[in-house]
Amino acid sequence: MKLRFQRKYLCIPYWAFLILFVIIPIFIIIYYAFTDTNGFFSMDALIDFFTSPVKINVLLVSIFIGLQTTLICLIIGYPLSYFLANKKFNKNVVLVMLFIMPMWINFVLRTGATRDVLFWLGINGGTYPYLATLIGMVYNYLPFVILPLYTTMLKIDQSQVEAALDLGASPMRAFTHAVVPQTLPGIVSASMMVFMPTMSSYVISDTLSEGKISLFGNTIYLNFSNSQWNTGSFMALIMLVIIGLLMFVTRNANVKAEDRARGTGLW
Amino acid sequence: MVKKIFAQIYIWLILLFMYIPILVLIAFSFTTSVNVGVWTGFSFDLYPALFQDGEIMAALGNTLIIAFISSAVSVLLGTTGAIGAFYSKKRAMRALDSVNQIPVVNAEIVMALSLTVMFVFVGSYIFRGANLFSFWTLLIGHVVLSAPFVYLSIKPKLQQMDPNLYEAALDLGATPRSALYRVTLPQILPGILSGFLLAFTLSLDDFIITTFTRGPGLLNGQGTIETLSTLVQAKIKKGPIPPEMRALTTIIFLVVLLLVVGVTLYRYFHKDKKHSRRRMAR
Repeated sequence: MKLRFQRKYLCIPYWAFLILFVIIPIFIIIYYAFTDTNGFFSMDALIDFFTSPVKINVLLVSIFIGLQTTLICLIIGYPLSYFLANKKFNKNVVLVMLFIMPMWINFVLRTGATRDVLFWLGINGGTYPYLATLIGMVYNYLPFVILPLYTTMLKIDQSQVEAALDLGASPMRAFTHAVVPQTLPGIVSASMMVFMPTMSSYVISDTLSEGKISLFGNTIYLNFSNSQWNTGSFMALIMLVIIGLLMFVTRNANVKAEDRARGTGLW
Repeated sequence: MVKKIFAQIYIWLILLFMYIPILVLIAFSFTTSVNVGVWTGFSFDLYPALFQDGEIMAALGNTLIIAFISSAVSVLLGTTGAIGAFYSKKRAMRALDSVNQIPVVNAEIVMALSLTVMFVFVGSYIFRGANLFSFWTLLIGHVVLSAPFVYLSIKPKLQQMDPNLYEAALDLGATPRSALYRVTLPQILPGILSGFLLAFTLSLDDFIITTFTRGPGLLNGQGTIETLSTLVQAKIKKGPIPPEMRALTTIIFLVVLLLVVGVTLYRYFHKDKKHSRRRMAR
């Protein structure tokens, strides 16, 4: 039988590529996480992770700095995107481009520049490792917050805000009850785009804290440079589980937010 | 009015903060001091020094070669994948969509480590202890990073496409293959282009996947491949950004600025042209 050309066959190479280099590597990570250096089944990596105060500390510090960066980025980025997207305050679309533009300059170079400038200002990683790292994170991830927030802010239904004001809501109450709920999907996706990369970042924390702060990324990197594949794989597996949980939770939150938006639309 | 002024001040203040590190590097690219913050007189010396620095030039060359090849491969795989998925059964399409989403949401370092561990595993168990790390493993890493984004940028273009055009081409005697080339591809070309640009910038900026999956090759010959990211990281681990790299920052900034201005102007005039054409049609 001659195989006739069909358009759906076109996805075969991409399928093969994804299976070979995305799905199989994840299974190999799971395999390595639960074996020892001789290839026998072992729980060493798991026991080591949960009994080592250093690694638990890495987990807690990563989550903490991730949350803090996300919060600061949202506090700075939310009003910023609101002003940028609202015609009353800004009519210049090029301004948005200007906020995205630093992302096109090599990110390691930008991180180095941030460190050198902070050093010049007296905030060096040697004395203030945490502060320097936090500034570096916010500086690097702010554009990632602005972009999703800006796109959801553009879609805000202004008539809802006007209705709230007409019905006697204070500007503050109109903001919290008519603007914030509409931008919830943007807030969720912006938070995800900051929290996960912050937790698993390597270059920023390593450069700005001069190696003093160790996050998930730094620990995995250390395991990689010492060829400790088993412990490294277990750390990566933990990270995968965290990402999976976050995806699950935020997907539910997004569905709920959409339902609520649809509900308000009905009324 | 007061609110508007406040908003404008806020916007420009944050913008200024975002650009401070870059602007400082640019300003100090016109003086030869070792550290940023020390001005030792105006000079252009860093610019010729940059072009004579073999290490930086090799890294720059490697970065561009990898970016070009990996985004070309990503476009090929992502485009065929998206077209194939679009014409598959619904369940098959959804399956590919969700697998495609894994590298998008995954942490880069987890992807990098999983690939590295696999290359180590395959090298030691299948190729009997061979070291697989080379340009090819690096290329695979970069394609894993960017092909999913190409796929995502082409998907909506396929959904916007008029399905009747393809059928019309077939009715008028085109073979499925030539209908694909001459009807489908031109319609999704904007998606392909933006996918290519995205893949290119992802590859240019990448540090983690490059460090994990690279081996010897390219312009470094027998030595480990250095890209701009890995070279800068190696330098800033030891001390301040090397002075020549400040000149490089200025050049990169100018190139990006020119591109942004070019795209903005192009869009502005393009919009204008469309508008006038519509007016003429009326």
